[in-house]
Amino acid sequence: MNNEIKLVSGAMVMLALATSALVVLPYLQVRDTPPLPGLKPYSSAELRGREVYIANGCVYCHSQQPRARNFAPDHARGWGRATVAGDYAYDQPHLLGTMRTGPDLMNIGVRQPSEAWHLGHLFQPRAYVPDSIMPSYPFLFELKARADRDDVVVSLPAGLAPAGSVVVARPEAVDLVRYLQSLDRSYPGVAAQ
Amino acid sequence: MNTVAILLSAFVLSFVALLAFVWSQRTGLFDRSSRGAEVIFAPREIGRIEEPAATAAEQGSLQQAIDAASGASSTHAESDELVDRARADASTGPLVFFFFCCAIVWLLVASAAGLVSSIKLHEPDWLVGQAWLTFGRIRTIHLNAVAYGWAPMAGLGIAMFVIPRLLKTPLLGSRFAFAGAVLWNAALIAGLGSIAAGISDGLEWLEIPWQIGALFAVGGALIGLPLVFTLVNRKVDHLYVSVWYMACALFWLPVLFVVAKTPGLHHGVQQAAMNWWFGHNVLGLFYTPLALASVYYFLPKVIGRPIQSYNLSLLGFWGLAFFYGQVGGHHLIGGPVPEWMITLSIVQSMMMIIPVAAFTVNQYQTLQGRLSALRFSPTLRFIGVGGLMYTASSVQGSFEALRSINAVTHFTHYTVAHAHLGLYGFVSFVFFGAIYFTMPRITAREWPFPWLITAHFWLVSAGFAVYFASLTTAGWLQGQAMLDAARPFMDSVTVTLPWLKGRSVGGAMMVAGHLAFAAHFVLMVLNAGPQREKPALFRRPFGRIVENEAAG
Repeated sequence: MNNEIKLVSGAMVMLALATSALVVLPYLQVRDTPPLPGLKPYSSAELRGREVYIANGCVYCHSQQPRARNFAPDHARGWGRATVAGDYAYDQPHLLGTMRTGPDLMNIGVRQPSEAWHLGHLFQPRAYVPDSIMPSYPFLFELKARADRDDVVVSLPAGLAPAGSVVVARPEAVDLVRYLQSLDRSYPGVAAQ
Repeated sequence: MNTVAILLSAFVLSFVALLAFVWSQRTGLFDRSSRGAEVIFAPREIGRIEEPAATAAEQGSLQQAIDAASGASSTHAESDELVDRARADASTGPLVFFFFCCAIVWLLVASAAGLVSSIKLHEPDWLVGQAWLTFGRIRTIHLNAVAYGWAPMAGLGIAMFVIPRLLKTPLLGSRFAFAGAVLWNAALIAGLGSIAAGISDGLEWLEIPWQIGALFAVGGALIGLPLVFTLVNRKVDHLYVSVWYMACALFWLPVLFVVAKTPGLHHGVQQAAMNWWFGHNVLGLFYTPLALASVYYFLPKVIGRPIQSYNLSLLGFWGLAFFYGQVGGHHLIGGPVPEWMITLSIVQSMMMIIPVAAFTVNQYQTLQGRLSALRFSPTLRFIGVGGLMYTASSVQGSFEALRSINAVTHFTHYTVAHAHLGLYGFVSFVFFGAIYFTMPRITAREWPFPWLITAHFWLVSAGFAVYFASLTTAGWLQGQAMLDAARPFMDSVTVTLPWLKGRSVGGAMMVAGHLAFAAHFVLMVLNAGPQREKPALFRRPFGRIVENEAAG
């Protein structure tokens, strides 16, 4: 080969083909899929919580894409039905994930709606799931001698709170829990005709 | 839009394009002579080893082994070509050195972050007080320090060294590349700082905020300019295989990066498809071609024997360019993306076996009968293992894309092990070897402590073997536990624990190897250690220049 123009243009055509297949066609086909009727837009608190989820890299251990029943027992584990494009209409950026070091969270709001559970679990996962390898997130909480009037106090299992102080959730933790509670794709996966 | 029509038109278009290329390259494809493969040698240089990383004694043994295999005694190359090569080396020296310094700093940063992440997976309450040290951030710092620090700095540094040699032309406009590299590293520092502070675009491989991403784009363009200038002003007619890979990698990356980082362009599920188009192509169309180019240059160069089949190289190159770009969808098997796209990616993943086989057969044939060279050449040892790992990781990747296997391995540590087989076992090993070759050429010094090279090789090889075996086992067991609805989810966690600890042990050995490598690099730069005679091949050309001038 001795023509650099031919070489580079050939290479770029190859990349253009790949880009049409994996970027342009999905762009035309699914980018502007309308939200399913059951899907609610995120509230401001939920969106702030989503940013906390992104900032701390939750996506590296938790997927948000249950697979079909004939493929894997995701539904049997209570993770929900297989999702479709319309389930992600409000997701920017997408958080589909590629790892399940922890369980799928697409329907965690249905499975575990309790704020107290989520806050305590973020403070110390092993108090709730003994063999969990999820990190604890003490930096999302404050230790106080006495809670102020507006504070969200975390109710922890006996013996976990340090003696003589209360654990108070910082706003990031509260927002994050709002986001987790909002993860609910339990409505039908197809739009009614 | 009708999906069958889309799929069909993609296939038809692809095949027409591939045929067009085979046709346009036909003079090369059916050329039975290997002239194309010989351009990396000066006249009468074939049969002559070049291995600046070896000691004088090792170089002697290496030459003997090669002579014994080819049944001829070595000749001395004509010196005009060697003078050209020395000029090309001299034109790139300071620049390549700068790239390597950056690469090694990022290698150490990435190693530390990687080891901390690994330990955190089995010690979840370790270092949890600081937000920037939480697993989700430090793991991301590890990935980005490798993806935008170590791998591109080492790979581009090697390209800066190799391309002027291959084009027999001094590097033009190296100050642009200096400026670009400074900008690139500044952007990376800012990017890693952002991730540590929790500011992230949120997409895997693309976490660094797009505002900083723009700096990478400008820096990358500046780094690419001198290589384009040199290509256009080259003195040789023929472009060697390594030039194809390196030149195309430099044109592919900006397209990938700009399309992926343009804010507001991608959304929802489509963004996920784009995410893995980028994630896989940055491996397949950037690091892989840079590393393959290094193998195609250094392996024949060290043993003084041209690549056996030039036609296989063509097949390997265009096969990679065509198939690799379309495999990214296999990261979303079972996900909510269009089914045709996933099927297309699985098909192309399997097709990757063609270029990989072409590469493997070609390198094996070139080394055949000369395997003893591995004993004497540090460069070849790293590059040989790296090449082998390319074959292993690619074949593993092809099969991992099959739905039946993917059902087990998807979402598990198995994928992480596979990614390291590619980016570490293959790409990083090849870059280590290439740096061992290059440094003596650009600094005019020998590696002061050969035992440190040996220590580096065995630490990273043994460490990586432990790493890969542990993590692959962990992932497979994890996947099987997760697929069995009768077992609780926590089984898929507890079953991995001993193996995750094994991975940390392997990882620690790899880090120790990197420390040996970095320390050796520093010692060489400081001119510490026993001074031995300078590598013979390096000094001779300059000696000749002086003689010529004296005669003239």
